[in-house]
Amino acid sequence: MSLGAWLRNHPAALERAYLFTHRLFERLDPLFARMGYERAERLVRWPEELGKKLVFDCRMCGQCILHSTGMTCPMTCPKNLRNGPCGGVRGNGHCEVKPEMRCVWVEAYERSRAMPRFGDEIALIQPPVNRRLQGTSAWINMLTGVDARTPRGWEMGSQA
Amino acid sequence: MSENREGFLAGSRLERVLRSGRFAVTAELNPPDSADPQEVYDAALVLSQVCDAINATDASGAHCHMSSVAICALLTRAGYEPVYQVSCRDRNRIAIQGDLLGAAAMGVRNVLCLTGDDVTAGDQPEAKRVFDFDSIQLLRTARIMRDRGVFLSGRKLTTPPRFFLGAASNPFVPPYDWRPLRLAKKVEAGANFIQTQYCFDIARFREFMRRVRDLGLHEKVYILVGVGPLRSEKAAEFMRTKVPGVHIPDAIVERLRKTPKPRKREEGKRICIEIIQQVREIEGVAGIHVMAYRQEELVAEIVEEAGLLPRPLRVGAADERRREHPRKWPRR
Ligand code: SF4
Repeated sequence: MSLGAWLRNHPAALERAYLFTHRLFERLDPLFARMGYERAERLVRWPEELGKKLVFDCRMCGQCILHSTGMTCPMTCPKNLRNGPCGGVRGNGHCEVKPEMRCVWVEAYERSRAMPRFGDEIALIQPPVNRRLQGTSAWINMLTGVDARTPRGWEMGSQA
Repeated sequence: MSENREGFLAGSRLERVLRSGRFAVTAELNPPDSADPQEVYDAALVLSQVCDAINATDASGAHCHMSSVAICALLTRAGYEPVYQVSCRDRNRIAIQGDLLGAAAMGVRNVLCLTGDDVTAGDQPEAKRVFDFDSIQLLRTARIMRDRGVFLSGRKLTTPPRFFLGAASNPFVPPYDWRPLRLAKKVEAGANFIQTQYCFDIARFREFMRRVRDLGLHEKVYILVGVGPLRSEKAAEFMRTKVPGVHIPDAIVERLRKTPKPRKREEGKRICIEIIQQVREIEGVAGIHVMAYRQEELVAEIVEEAGLLPRPLRVGAADERRREHPRKWPRR
């Protein structure tokens, strides 16, 4: 088993690590703001990519929702689904597209059940992906708020 | 929600039948590999006499056929009631929203929002998969267009579409625990009705519906159960191994295997009718959706023998619309 797989099977620990990093970045925010987010992004992106690739097989979508999806990267689902599994999951819990792989969402759901803090966020409706953020640092995007920005029509939908 | 004066979202026949509390029947049309509209009409004629609405599939199984939006346009022209299936596999958000408006302009009132089978399931696995939206984002976008009268971007529509919005559910594959909750998510995103994957496992479905009732979802959404006849144990074996998301218990395959060859077809039909009768008894089931791939001629027998005729049910206003089958499409 790879290190990443081992870690992912300890979602409660990962959840804590996420919370820790989240707070760390909030602390660092004034510094990033002073140096300019563009420069900060260049600095943060590669270690972020390295670490998240190793642990989550991250695809750098730039709008990270890992903590809401059982610390399991939804972009590793071959259909890039952000709101849960398709109807094609095999009887053994493996993926429709890649029969050798367990369905990302079967794992995400199992792991979310072991996450006391963010586990229930798996029920949230996730907005469409902003494809322009592909390849950028999700941590910086979180600080600037671009990762949470959704099209105007989508926002109107939540009041409907 | 934007409802019209009579309190309907779309006023489609399907919506009226369901809202009146009657048991609905929908059926899937086998889309032609043809440029001839007559083939659509021939297939529709058989189905239209035994169901309330006809589903036009969107390259299901990732096999290319006549497009669902075109089939729907042909059907509405002849006064039939289509359910327009939209999958996220082949088109991005720009194309999908445009097609939704186009479909509405052609008189389409029922839309079924799907993720879509992967390209690898079809005969052109080299194709690019799109999945710009997932089914829930698609569903909510369609609802925003209807209820808010805008595109996803917020740009205004001069006339919003009127849709009765549907989504799929597959209670028969993992993660079983999550399936009812995923249904809840679809209801929250805007689903007014649900069509499920093929039901061959009544025990599993009962369990699913128990959870659905606990969550109170059966009062918020109309659930139509997917059913269909199996031709033989070989067909069953093919479906459960090759068609994504289809679960068939061994007992059913075994039952077909034990049946002598000339009676297999009949037995497959019997199984289907038994399942219909059982799901009808389950609280919260609002209808059935018959998918009889390459056995369309059986749909009429199944609906009749299950005691579900006459169809389509009369619903008042929608019936006033002209309904006649174009025998021959004018060729130029
Ligand atoms: S089976 Fe699971 S991982 Fe595979 S495409 Fe469907 S949702 Fe994604």
